[in-house]
Amino acid sequence: MAMIKALAALPFLGILVGSVFLNRVTPLVLGLPLLLAWLLLWIVLTSAIMAVIYVTDPANRVPSPRAEPDA
Amino acid sequence: MSAALAIIALTALGALLLGLRASRGRDMSLEQWTVGGRGFGAVFVFLLMAGEIYTTFTFLGGSGYAYGHGGPTYYILGYGCLAYVISYWLLPPIWRYAQQHRLISQPDYFAAKYDSRALGVLVAVVGIVALIPYLVLQFKGLGIIVATASYGAIPSAVAVWIGAAVVTAYVMVSGVRGSAWTAVVKDALILAVAVFLGVYLPIHLYGGFGAMFSAIQDAKPGFLALPAKGESVAWFDSTVLLTALGFYMWPHSFGSIFTARTDKVFRQNAIVMPLYQLILAFVFMVGFAAVLKVPGLTGPSIDLALFRVSIQTFDPWFVGVIGAAGVLTALVPGSMIMMTAATLLANNIYRPLHSGGVTDQSVTRLARWMVPVVALVAVFFTLRGGQTIVALLLMGYSFVTQLFPALVMSLRRHNPLSSAGVFAGIVVGIATIAATSLTHTTVASLFPDLPEALRDLNIGIVALVLNVVTLTVVSGISRRVPSARSA
Repeated sequence: MAMIKALAALPFLGILVGSVFLNRVTPLVLGLPLLLAWLLLWIVLTSAIMAVIYVTDPANRVPSPRAEPDA
Repeated sequence: MSAALAIIALTALGALLLGLRASRGRDMSLEQWTVGGRGFGAVFVFLLMAGEIYTTFTFLGGSGYAYGHGGPTYYILGYGCLAYVISYWLLPPIWRYAQQHRLISQPDYFAAKYDSRALGVLVAVVGIVALIPYLVLQFKGLGIIVATASYGAIPSAVAVWIGAAVVTAYVMVSGVRGSAWTAVVKDALILAVAVFLGVYLPIHLYGGFGAMFSAIQDAKPGFLALPAKGESVAWFDSTVLLTALGFYMWPHSFGSIFTARTDKVFRQNAIVMPLYQLILAFVFMVGFAAVLKVPGLTGPSIDLALFRVSIQTFDPWFVGVIGAAGVLTALVPGSMIMMTAATLLANNIYRPLHSGGVTDQSVTRLARWMVPVVALVAVFFTLRGGQTIVALLLMGYSFVTQLFPALVMSLRRHNPLSSAGVFAGIVVGIATIAATSLTHTTVASLFPDLPEALRDLNIGIVALVLNVVTLTVVSGISRRVPSARSA
């Protein structure tokens, strides 16, 4: 689990460090400037990574506490 | 009245009616009015949070910044994404604590965790100070939309007043339930409009995305990436980090954490919310499409880019539909911000200063009457200011991010920080932001001899560093928070 949670560091590396190296307009990727395409890729990857973490996180298997209804 | 203006007016009226319906038949206690009675499921909280996040800032600010600044706009894609990653672990413990202690606001949380009423008041002040530029940018957006859609018949100053009046009326009748319901309509409309414009304009005006970007690259080489100086990679990284940390430090975002029914809601949202960011890419396309087609907008006028290119391309009725989407993107978050600021004033500043003898009813009543006061202050700054929408938001972010170190440490079982340390750290951070904003200081102007990478750092990061140093030192020499409190 700890290993899987470490995946959450990847979006930080991709967005903050990756942008240093991919700060270019060309070549266009799918018609988009390279840096823009790179960041959009990371949006999709982040969602996928968080889904993997969610599925493997034991916290989501136990019934979670609920707010008490208001009087 | 133009067709565009008629459609926009009808939309605003519809939102008001929806808000009225949402509030009817409910007993509006302070908790009802502000946190919706803590009964919202994943979908509702998602909409509420999305409702706050996708605002005029995205619609006009995002497209305007793409038009005026190019590549640096991409920072908006980066910070949301990272904020959602953090939210997976950050929000559930905040929700659990708030739920146990029946807290309804962000200052309540800090006051309870650090056992300090004074800290609660300070956090409330920081929240209000940060919310004002956020509200100003919504009003500015409303002003742009109404003035443009009237094709010049309504001057922009009058448009700002009309927009402020509509938002005020809306908040006073409906509270948070109204926000959530209108958010449903708003999100559907903004999604449709943004995607349509972002696809149609590049194809219609240039023949495709690749053709559009090639044309921009030919006309302005490097415009679509980060420049070597100024808004460089160092600016990008420091700004993304600063705003990602500050993302949930806004009093209204923090407040929407309390509306959830279970803590699982946040972990689910952390998967879906990043995808929602993709809408931003379409908004950027609109701004980029405008670069070569409506050139010449500079300074604060860059925020007009989306409407200028739309008016040039579409019939008035469709400009009306775009305007209607724009009005809703200002109305929902605007109402949320105003309600939050008013509640902060009444509940977290007025109440603690009158110990004893203040009933919930009188606080609720006061909160309601603070709404128009907050609106007037924001209108004043809107009519006075000359900043772009993005600059306004970044200023607010610099303020709220100062709360992040104290928040993170409060989640630890044994919090080494004292309330005096946290208090001092936040004051130093805020004072740094205020001083540098008023004097237009940047890291580059303070230390001209630093290497470029350090000169371009967002000044908010400098304030954050001073804040952390202060809270560490002062906590070291003052009393520690009893460990029972910091569990």
